[in-house]
Amino acid sequence: MKYLDEYRDGKIAARIVDKMRRTLTRPWVVMEVCGGQTHSIVKNGIDYLLPAGVELVHGPGCPVCVTPLEMIDKAHAIARLPNVIFCSFGDMLRVPGSEGDLFTIKSLGGDVRVVYSPLECLKIARANPEKQVVFFAIGFETTAPANAMLAWRARAESLNNVSLLVSHVLVPPALEAILEAPGNRVQGFLGPGHVCAVMGYREYDPISARYHVPIVITGFEPLDILQGTLMTIRQLESGRAMVENQYSRILDREGNRAAQQLIGAVFEAGDRKWRGIGTIPMSGYHLRDEFSRHDAEKLFDVAGIAPREPEICISGQILRGLKKPHDCPAFGTLCTPQRPLGATMVSAEGACAAYYTYGRHLSPHGSDPMHPVVRETEIVHANR
Amino acid sequence: MPTADETTKIPGSRGPEIVAAPAPFGSCPLPISEHQRIVLGHGSGGKLTANLIENIFLPAFRNPTLDKMDDQAVLKIGDMRLAFTTDSFVVTPIFFPGGDIGRLAIHGTVNDLAMSGARPLVLSAAFVLEEGLAMDDLRRVVESMRAAAAEAGVQLVTGDTKVVNRGKGDQIFITTTGIGIIENDVNISADQATPGDKIILSGTIGDHGMTIMSQREGLEFEGAIESDCASLNELVVTMLSTSTERRDFIHTMRDPTRGGVATTLNELARRANVGIVIDQRSIPVRESVKGACEVLGLDPLYVANEGKLLAFVVPEMADAVLDRMRQHPLGRDAAIIGEVVDTHPGMVLMKTEIGGTRVLDVMFGEQLPRIC
Repeated sequence: MKYLDEYRDGKIAARIVDKMRRTLTRPWVVMEVCGGQTHSIVKNGIDYLLPAGVELVHGPGCPVCVTPLEMIDKAHAIARLPNVIFCSFGDMLRVPGSEGDLFTIKSLGGDVRVVYSPLECLKIARANPEKQVVFFAIGFETTAPANAMLAWRARAESLNNVSLLVSHVLVPPALEAILEAPGNRVQGFLGPGHVCAVMGYREYDPISARYHVPIVITGFEPLDILQGTLMTIRQLESGRAMVENQYSRILDREGNRAAQQLIGAVFEAGDRKWRGIGTIPMSGYHLRDEFSRHDAEKLFDVAGIAPREPEICISGQILRGLKKPHDCPAFGTLCTPQRPLGATMVSAEGACAAYYTYGRHLSPHGSDPMHPVVRETEIVHANR
Repeated sequence: MPTADETTKIPGSRGPEIVAAPAPFGSCPLPISEHQRIVLGHGSGGKLTANLIENIFLPAFRNPTLDKMDDQAVLKIGDMRLAFTTDSFVVTPIFFPGGDIGRLAIHGTVNDLAMSGARPLVLSAAFVLEEGLAMDDLRRVVESMRAAAAEAGVQLVTGDTKVVNRGKGDQIFITTTGIGIIENDVNISADQATPGDKIILSGTIGDHGMTIMSQREGLEFEGAIESDCASLNELVVTMLSTSTERRDFIHTMRDPTRGGVATTLNELARRANVGIVIDQRSIPVRESVKGACEVLGLDPLYVANEGKLLAFVVPEMADAVLDRMRQHPLGRDAAIIGEVVDTHPGMVLMKTEIGGTRVLDVMFGEQLPRIC
């Protein structure tokens, strides 16, 4: 497929890996920030292609994963109400709360709908004036503009039966939390491509400078990730620490100004709890007061919901790059995507769920003894 | 640290203290999603469907024929071997580009018979109609069933009709049951898969599933996508005619419907206790389907097909069978996509486009569009 196949070329991949091998003089630990990048790495087996000495650890950038259990329980409490149409992005439907998931609520008669754009909620609200239409507004800066637009349009059109349950999180405060954490192993970051498409990457300069850490804003296709890793390794090997942009076909330093203005008009930054990590100061968006009649947390009585998480889960350490899924005794046994015990197992973009989905719970220590077998099996010769 | 063993012990295996064993996480509420009710994922063809079959249906009906877990039962009556199968169709919308529920109901059952090497002979059809269904819609469905049956060379010889209250059904549900005859001494079954076998896929994947999904969600993609729904019995006859001397060169055949190619390959790997390796680059996917999948964050390997088959063929015959298939209109894009190995029984591995490795597991429930 045009504009995609070009970024999945095995020969170019091998060349980048070769360059990396020649650059490398000592081992480095690099974190990919985005869940989308984690997914792509595991789906394509990119980490198996890297030279020994380059370790990728998986960051906190999966929005579904870091949404705290209490927000999920609040969402479910609202979705169970008889006069509510509860709208969500698809991958939130299977995330279990303390009692079942949104699919279960649907099977019990709850009106739960998957939307592809938050703005679909406007149409649903106009068609159902007697119902409350609630959208589960989660995500990083990437989804913030579209979610902000829903609040903006609802207010402008006085559609008072539209509200948002907001659990928005921001990347830069999370990077600082990772770098500040005791025992931090991360020496360089593959920065979040789509987040920066919205926000630009100015705000990463001070982080890179203060902690002397390379940050390379990186895309999501296999060659993007390999190239971003190479750029990071080159900085590390030469002792540089700056923000670079691998994903220049999509974004520039300034980002999308119109989107930033809209976000600023609708949301304000505030403290936010992250599943697995805890509260990080000024790490989330909340609706501004002008939008309080569209704020589901204020409209519905859900303040008292505060479930506790299983203590065995090490997702907090995984999200900070301190541990990998295989370091957890519950991984793939007690904890599976069907019964996640914590953040990183709940969505396909979480490190544990990605490892599980692509079968890595079947091989010990995350290594892949099968890789040599697969590499040597020649299949394509018979075709053409 | 607690291990899996501490919670998965059979009650009573170590005395009564097991019952009182503390939960490994103290009093924390575990987010367990054991389903107390049927959810849509139970019909997805993935892990949830398999759970349902293993926990509810198999224990009740267990017998040697059912235990083979093929898509059809093969029954020996006197000297004759008959293939017998049934399938229900509940698709929305009932009309879609490339077909409709009626056409699907004929093809689905014909294909399940054909996958055993059988010549499909007769079908039954049972209709559950919802009060208020337009008579013209029913006529259209029935007419396309007639046409599809004629094309496949089968006759519809018995049937049943029920009507339910408005709101208690979704326009029309159809169940078809079919009987076919296995004329040559072919023995095609999931458990025949053997290391060394080449895996042939008859054409592009994901066409049907993405057609339905884009219709259902009102999504419009550049380049129309059409369902691939078709009866495969003629293609199977063509494949079996590759050799007149040998009868045993096709070990296994399956049509990868719900759950897609990935799920079907997993079922076969487990059934025959063999490993499978496939090469992503060799799998034909239409550009439009690839694009639609990229937009929605879906993997075509898990998307349904209704006119494709997977065949496990002995290596020395694979190229000849492939040539035959490519001469048939339904096998034009056929390709060898992988092979059966003995290294990792029960598992399917894939060489990715960029040369990495990934395990293809069974889908859990429905594939869901990703957030970003």
